[in-house]
Amino acid sequence: MGAISSPEYSRSKIPPQKLALWVGIASIVMMFGAITSAYVVRRAAGNWFEFKLPDIFFLNTVVILLSSLTLHISYTAFKKGKEQLYKGLLVATFVLGILFVVLQYQGWVAMTVIGATFTINPSSSFVYVISGLHAAHVLGGIAALIVAMIYAFVLPYKPTERRRLRFELVVNYWHFVDVLWLYLIVFFMLQS
Amino acid sequence: MAHAVIAADTLEEKLTQELGYDDHFHEHHHGDKFQSNFLTTYIFSTDHKIIARQFLITGIFWAFIGAAMSIVFRLQLGFPEADLAWLKPLLGKWIQVNDAGIGKLDPEFYYALVTMHGTILVFFVLTAGLSGTFANLLIPLQIGARDMASPLLNAMSYWFFFLAGVVMFLSLFLSTGPFSGGWTAYPPLSALGQASDGSKAGMTMWIVAMSLFVVSSLLGGINYITTILNLRTKGMTMWRMPLTIWAILITAILGVLSFPVLFSGLLLLVFDRSMGTSFYLSEIIVGGQILDRIGGSPVLYQHLFWFLGHPEVYIIILPAMGIVSEVLSVHARKPIFGYRAMVYSILAIGFLSFIVWAHHMFMSGVNPFISNFFVVFTLIIAVPSAIKVFNWISTVYGSNFRFNSASLFALGFVSMFISGGLTGIFLGNSAIDIQLHDTYFVVAHFHIVMGIAAFFGMFAGVYHWFPKMFSRFMNETLGKIHFWGTLIGAYLIFWPMHYTGMAGVPRRYYAIDNFDSFKHFVSLNQFITIAAIVVFFLQVLFIINFFYSVFSGRKLTVKNPWGSNTLEWTTPIKPGHGNWPGNIPTTQRWAYDYGKGGEEFIAQFVPLKEGEHDHGH
Repeated sequence: MGAISSPEYSRSKIPPQKLALWVGIASIVMMFGAITSAYVVRRAAGNWFEFKLPDIFFLNTVVILLSSLTLHISYTAFKKGKEQLYKGLLVATFVLGILFVVLQYQGWVAMTVIGATFTINPSSSFVYVISGLHAAHVLGGIAALIVAMIYAFVLPYKPTERRRLRFELVVNYWHFVDVLWLYLIVFFMLQS
Repeated sequence: MAHAVIAADTLEEKLTQELGYDDHFHEHHHGDKFQSNFLTTYIFSTDHKIIARQFLITGIFWAFIGAAMSIVFRLQLGFPEADLAWLKPLLGKWIQVNDAGIGKLDPEFYYALVTMHGTILVFFVLTAGLSGTFANLLIPLQIGARDMASPLLNAMSYWFFFLAGVVMFLSLFLSTGPFSGGWTAYPPLSALGQASDGSKAGMTMWIVAMSLFVVSSLLGGINYITTILNLRTKGMTMWRMPLTIWAILITAILGVLSFPVLFSGLLLLVFDRSMGTSFYLSEIIVGGQILDRIGGSPVLYQHLFWFLGHPEVYIIILPAMGIVSEVLSVHARKPIFGYRAMVYSILAIGFLSFIVWAHHMFMSGVNPFISNFFVVFTLIIAVPSAIKVFNWISTVYGSNFRFNSASLFALGFVSMFISGGLTGIFLGNSAIDIQLHDTYFVVAHFHIVMGIAAFFGMFAGVYHWFPKMFSRFMNETLGKIHFWGTLIGAYLIFWPMHYTGMAGVPRRYYAIDNFDSFKHFVSLNQFITIAAIVVFFLQVLFIINFFYSVFSGRKLTVKNPWGSNTLEWTTPIKPGHGNWPGNIPTTQRWAYDYGKGGEEFIAQFVPLKEGEHDHGH
């Protein structure tokens, strides 16, 4: 990002890139907070089509949790110098990320099969929009993973502070979209 | 450039070298890399000072367009019988010329003008033009940083804003016209293309433009927050920051937390418009045709919109408040009165702005019990606002005040903020709102308190920091004519609107002269229109003064023309990339030591004397 902060002197122990990421995450939280609040308000108004969320969404929760785990171990391996484990698990995370998006799509298909189509009632429209918006953020995470993989496979392995920080940002964001999905699935469960 | 060879011929340079710190900035040759030709220096620059100027000049462009629109619809309102055929070369088919040769403004286009005037002024001028300019200019200069935390994101913030402007501008030329359903874009008008011509492609482009705008303000806001929290120079503790920086910090936090909510609202609107969902639509008949959209709630949109919309008015006014605090203190040659109270009231206003949004919806069918909650919090905002007004007046009181364009506009801000704030107390009461909602009383209130007041804050900032931006001064005589004309003119426009509003004249109507009860306001309406035209030409005078001074204004010959304490005036007259040629100055005291211990001012880089107490701590 070309930050030009002084290397010797910085205000806080948090690097600016990391602070920027967390502020960005706060704004994403507000976006999902708004849309799930809208869901609650709209549901309270009645005329609400009840349906059971397809199991595939719950299965997918396991997939994204697993991807967070693999990425975290990969990050630890990066710091400890275990190059093969770091690279292998990074690719595994990428595959699990893709799998998550594919399975979300299967979940939407399963919803239309049981009659909960996109336009039939706001109750199902909300599930499509919220999970779709989340999937878009996962795709953003996958883009970050691709950059991380380019770093891992094109550049020679060197666990410098600069590269550690870059990788840490990817890890932080990926854990965030994971926790965001946990919130959303628990939210849907409590609401149905 | 070696940093140690600069001759220390002034006390300031000596102190900067002795106490400042060397961040090895000049060993990296940023300037060569980023400012090698015209394109990278002035167009695709990542330097915060250039980006500030880009925001300012784009804001001036939009302010001109938005103000010109208001003159067209004011002509219709004030002189409904007048012949507007002379506008046909500019507005084309939106002026309908009848058989007698009399040109009339198309009623559909009247609504489009009102809508665009609101959108442009609120978002493009008073959000991007005001925050964008002064956040970019002042954050690195006043906290002692080389640039923003991420200059690239900063440049992207401007270019997303630019793109948003391009899309909005193009929508003005659609054959169905730009969006015409009001700047708040309430569904169903905004959700159904059948509802009106402006709701077709015009609304689609409005949504695209606003989404780009949200991206721009998020990129900007993230950068402002990170820079302020992370890149302050040594000694620049939070309690030593100038109030401009405090105001911009809270503004950025409000933006980062509220714009995503607008984005969510617009996202659902997009699905309602083009995918057949019914988030906001229920049981609607358009043109005799019953739609199959069932189950939505238009009030839901209003909640999402105003959850942004209310913090938005503070996003507009807080930077103006910060600028006014700084400008008043410098030109009163007195420390700002109640510095901590000023900071706490900014924090209080920022917090309260998130829990008052439904006062825009008292008449939308919101539960009256819930309204009570919002009435109470709305009225509580009067407390921190009154603290700020009291402190500004106390700062000026008994001072040896320097009357110039900058300080006059800062005083004008205080006047406008009081006048407009008082009517806010009327409107905050849900019972009085039954009579006053959607009348010219509301128009008068928000134009004075956030339109004119924010503009005055912006003008104060432009006149005050113009020497830092362009190394020249603006013309003082023209500036004073601009001030007095605008102050008197603005009151002449908006004061009468309180009376028409109390009598119940509704806003947004194409014509009110057909109503018997409003017939006696015809001449008052003409008066308002004439005042508006005069004020418009005074702003043209400002624009002329601005661009004339950029190229041929009186040259700045000293670094610190106002005798100001803050760090931006320690940079060279024409600061280059990285702002300071040598070491970065450090901060030894708060920003408001004016008239202390017999000295006129003591800049922030001057160390405390033995036994001297720092007010910031």
